[in-house]
Amino acid sequence: MNITTLVFILLSLLAVGSAIMMITSKSPVHSVLWLIVVFFAISGHYILMNAQFLAIVNIIVYAGAIMVLFLFVVMLMNLNKETEPVKNYRLQLIGVVSGGCLLLIILSAIMKIDTQQLVEMKVGDAGLIQSLGKNLFTNYVLPFEISSVLFLSAMIGAVVIGKKD
Amino acid sequence: MMLQAIDLALVIEKLILIVIVISASLVIAMYTTFAERKVAAILQDRRGPNRAGPFGLLQPLADGLKLFFKEEIIPNFSSKFLFILGPALAMMTAMMTSAVIPWGDKIEFFGRSVALQITDVNIGVLYVFGVVSLGVYGIMIGSWASNNKFSLLGGLRAASQIISYELAMGISMIALLMVTGTLSLKEMVIQQQQTHWNIINQPLGFLIFLICAFAECNRTPFDLPEAENELIGGYHTEYSSMKLGFYLFAEYINMFISSVIMATLFFGGYDMPFVNEALLSPNIAALVGIAALMGKVICFIFLFMWVRWTIPRFRYDQLMHLGWRILIPLALFNMLATGGVILYFGK
Repeated sequence: MNITTLVFILLSLLAVGSAIMMITSKSPVHSVLWLIVVFFAISGHYILMNAQFLAIVNIIVYAGAIMVLFLFVVMLMNLNKETEPVKNYRLQLIGVVSGGCLLLIILSAIMKIDTQQLVEMKVGDAGLIQSLGKNLFTNYVLPFEISSVLFLSAMIGAVVIGKKD
Repeated sequence: MMLQAIDLALVIEKLILIVIVISASLVIAMYTTFAERKVAAILQDRRGPNRAGPFGLLQPLADGLKLFFKEEIIPNFSSKFLFILGPALAMMTAMMTSAVIPWGDKIEFFGRSVALQITDVNIGVLYVFGVVSLGVYGIMIGSWASNNKFSLLGGLRAASQIISYELAMGISMIALLMVTGTLSLKEMVIQQQQTHWNIINQPLGFLIFLICAFAECNRTPFDLPEAENELIGGYHTEYSSMKLGFYLFAEYINMFISSVIMATLFFGGYDMPFVNEALLSPNIAALVGIAALMGKVICFIFLFMWVRWTIPRFRYDQLMHLGWRILIPLALFNMLATGGVILYFGK
């Protein structure tokens, strides 16, 4: 077993473990903090695949901005286990069914994986900034522009909703 | 094992470099606290600390000892783990940025040439951003774990302030990246050595970056998270002893590191002006480079202090107004103008 495999296993354990902790912990603030740990573990995986740009953008955007807002809201609403409403039986059932469906989809996708084409560790330049930029602005320019328009409309929407009249 | 493939000497070399960089930043931060009090004294026509040692030079040591010997109080209703995690994270994120900073060129050492940079990753600038955006967690976690409304208010202010100013900082940085065409800090310094400092291309970008750096360090006039006359002590109200020391210390390390970043990005890093480093022997050139970088850093730190003791604190709405309505449009304009110039001259 070489170092790369070892790091991969450690990161995967960290990611899955903290994802479970995120779901099971009672306090919302702890959940948010565990989710941040998950993002870090995933960034570690990106680095293993030589995608440093993706790794750092994942940290900047998710861990650095979105989760700060999550934490912000959770702290501001001062949620804790005493005040959290207990979900009723039907909601729990619906949650189990929809979660199970998602699990089935993921499992079927995993079963279909072509094991000849595994992601190679520490090689390739798919996630480096030069190749990513070239791809985005040549091969994938239309999806890129469409998602930019989507972002712009989301931003304008947020401003409109947030504006006091 | 893969590990054997890595040069063992390289590992040792990097470890030594890390120890030197971290202890140097700690010592510099320590003496920055002393300098802050002296500068404040000069600006207010006082003498400043002058009892401990000659010219009061041992004052930081005395302060540190005092903090260590103070009683440590952890509030009863707080989450103990998170309460300790807060200052630890603040300190850690403050130190992490130093990993990608080029402190100087190579030095020759027993026939080995040692690069004076812990790691030259090809995403250096983004790494700095990532760490800066994580810096807020130390404050937020600590303030929430204190279970005190003043602390929480301070933490929330810190979070919204840092998120707001990160945007303008990022956009001003994009303009700089468009000019330099690289993300590696080392490459940027080499480019500036060969041509001219980036401040000439990007004066507006630098101004925006400077203001945002003040905000990210929570320095006056942006020190609303710890506004003592509104929020008692802000996010560190409940902290005592060395945990409080960590928070206060992290601020000074942040100040030092952001001075280094500004010097590296806009003022040529370890480039000594009007000296051709290639003509000097490598070791002398490296020493000259470190001295040049430190000289620039000292100027920036002085600027930080000068502003702190000159300008009063913003009101909260002024802070948000400046961030969202002035700095971000200005940064966007700077980016567009830079792009236009590059396109026009076909660089």
